[in-house]
Amino acid sequence: MEFGLSQEQILLQDSVTRFLADQVPLERVRRFADESDDTDIWRGLCELGIAGLLIPEAAGGVGLSCLEAALVAEALGHHVAPAPFLGSAVAAPLALCYAGAADHPLLPRIAAGEATVGLAVAGATGARAGAGVRWEGGVLNGRALFVAGYPATHYLVADQARGLNLLEAGASGLSGRNLTTVDRTRPTGELTLDQTPAERLTDDPEVLARVLDAARVMLAADTLGAAQSMLNQAVAYAGERQQFGRPIGSFQAVKHMCAEMAAELEPCRALVWYAAHALDHLPEEARLTACHTKAHLAEVGKFVAKTATEVHGGMGFTDLLGLHYWFKRIGYNRQMLGAPELLREEAARVQQLTA
Amino acid sequence: MDLSYGPQYEAFREQVREFLERHRDAAPQGAGLRSEKTLAWQRLLIEHGYAARTIPKEYGGYGAAPDILESRIIAEEFARAQVSQGLGGQGISMLVPTLLEMGTEEQKREFIPPTLRGETVWCQGYSEPGAGSDLASLSTRAELDGEEWVVNGQKIWTSTAQLADWIFCLVRTELDAPKHKGISFLLFRMDSPGIEVRPLVDMTGAANFNEVFFTDVRVPKHQIVGNRGDGWMVANAILRHERDSLGNPDATLSRLNALIELMKTETLDGRPLIENPVFRDRLMRLQGRVMAMRCNDLRILSARVNRQDAGLARMVVKLQGTELRHELEGLAIDVMGEIGLAYGDNPYLRDRGSWQTQYMYFLGLIIGGGTSQIQKNIISERGLGMPREPKLGRER
Repeated sequence: MEFGLSQEQILLQDSVTRFLADQVPLERVRRFADESDDTDIWRGLCELGIAGLLIPEAAGGVGLSCLEAALVAEALGHHVAPAPFLGSAVAAPLALCYAGAADHPLLPRIAAGEATVGLAVAGATGARAGAGVRWEGGVLNGRALFVAGYPATHYLVADQARGLNLLEAGASGLSGRNLTTVDRTRPTGELTLDQTPAERLTDDPEVLARVLDAARVMLAADTLGAAQSMLNQAVAYAGERQQFGRPIGSFQAVKHMCAEMAAELEPCRALVWYAAHALDHLPEEARLTACHTKAHLAEVGKFVAKTATEVHGGMGFTDLLGLHYWFKRIGYNRQMLGAPELLREEAARVQQLTA
Repeated sequence: MDLSYGPQYEAFREQVREFLERHRDAAPQGAGLRSEKTLAWQRLLIEHGYAARTIPKEYGGYGAAPDILESRIIAEEFARAQVSQGLGGQGISMLVPTLLEMGTEEQKREFIPPTLRGETVWCQGYSEPGAGSDLASLSTRAELDGEEWVVNGQKIWTSTAQLADWIFCLVRTELDAPKHKGISFLLFRMDSPGIEVRPLVDMTGAANFNEVFFTDVRVPKHQIVGNRGDGWMVANAILRHERDSLGNPDATLSRLNALIELMKTETLDGRPLIENPVFRDRLMRLQGRVMAMRCNDLRILSARVNRQDAGLARMVVKLQGTELRHELEGLAIDVMGEIGLAYGDNPYLRDRGSWQTQYMYFLGLIIGGGTSQIQKNIISERGLGMPREPKLGRER
């Protein structure tokens, strides 16, 4: 019985955290937000093996589990680091492996940092107006909105029949454009597909469902890291900022805000570990825990994002501190791949509590 | 992550199951604290190591080496079988650990064995009308008169005082010392002359608490635990035990499952409540929170096995656990609408009225055992290292 992280897992998270603290300070995040250029951040992470984390060793990866990936996602969120992690390092490798294509030639290229994969599955949690991709006769038609990690060299595209398809950025009939979102650390776009030839990975909707489970846990882990950073920043600020002749953190009104954040957030850490562990080891629980974990982290994240900003007073509202990068990151994680109400409805369906 | 207990523990679990299978008919169900059936069951549990497991044999326990996983397995299996895990109460859960840590050899031998067997029932004399969250400002006094302490004052929120044989009680003995240094920890009989117990009816209608008045109560000088003036330290050694036991997520999970059952069977306009999407969303939101607290509990358990302090994960349990439970009971009332109001002998009562009772009872627990606001002070000051309140007026 061991509910916690192994030494190796702690070391992995520490090394990613050290790299990000050193290479991705807030100024770097700001530059990225202005110029949209993350190639060398991702290259550095690839050198640490992050791109190949979930890729089997035989395909040039490290062959680790979803729990390690969640620890990396947490570190990325903590540093609001721009990186095409979700699509390239998590969704695409898992989709290929779940679809029985663990020897796919794309995998070594992802691990080496030569290929990146945008995640075009937003429609799978419910189609918004104007969105929808149809697959027939080996080609894709339609539009995928809110593609995470756009632009990329490849795209993983879910279609309306809940199949999964892989296509290259240069495929015929494919066009795309940036979609600006509040979160400038997460480049996002849309794809328009017109008779675009694609590699069919699977018809089995269970593969897409499992990829979604994992992606949701990663977004929850990202929120865990981002919210923890906001709480740390709020506690530090409240210890320094003086009003009425004392640090504002000595006033109960302020310290109770921080205590409430900690009380909500700390149990989330164990929840994220459990949900990530379940993805690989507890198949009968994985979907339910993934839904609940993302929904719960979305709620706690929203509370922490607001409260930590308030602890900073007027400064929290400015661009000067950059706190808004974390606020927006948490907001992005909340909306993407299922807002909490939709996820809780799915959790109820998984338990046959609703049709 | 390794969520299995391992083969030696699974063998232990088998042993517990066999015991339960063989003896479950002897278990008391709702029998009184003093009934022969309750006391016989307690003796049987101690004999087999399912109660007082890690208390040394010379003090009437079973004498096993502490093993958190074994304790956990015992708790799990007894809960699964819905069989009483023996007597709890403040004597066993709070006084015995305190005496083991701070008592003299004579005190351990005199008090621990009959307490474990359920023959001596204790109550806890801590809170006073003027000393709640600020417990250390308590003013019940004990003055030495020859070979006896003379106790005067009043306690409040004293559970089971009406049944107790003895009380462990915080009293002020050093009037000139700073407030935390002037307290002593006394043990005395509840049938001593000068003690009056008045029941305190709470919002549920039950009298779980009492007020206890002391007028010139005489206590032999040696019935003190620790030295004069060390009472605050002695009490604090176990207050943490109390906090740790409130807001247990396993109990919350079984209430959540009962709520799901209720929502499947109870109807509105002929349709089960679970089909109402707003109610269902609230239910699912609670389920996510219960899941988080259960994972947190496993993390704490694992830390204890490895002799580490789980830190913040442990500090938030009382605050989060009691608030969550109160909300859960409240959702059951909400989904039942008018039926949620039923109480007492109302023929439309569901689940013996437990939803309303527990809803109120857990509001009591949000306040008792260190209020939510005190918990937030602890979390922010000890957990997050935030600055304390300025000392002005803190010390007398």
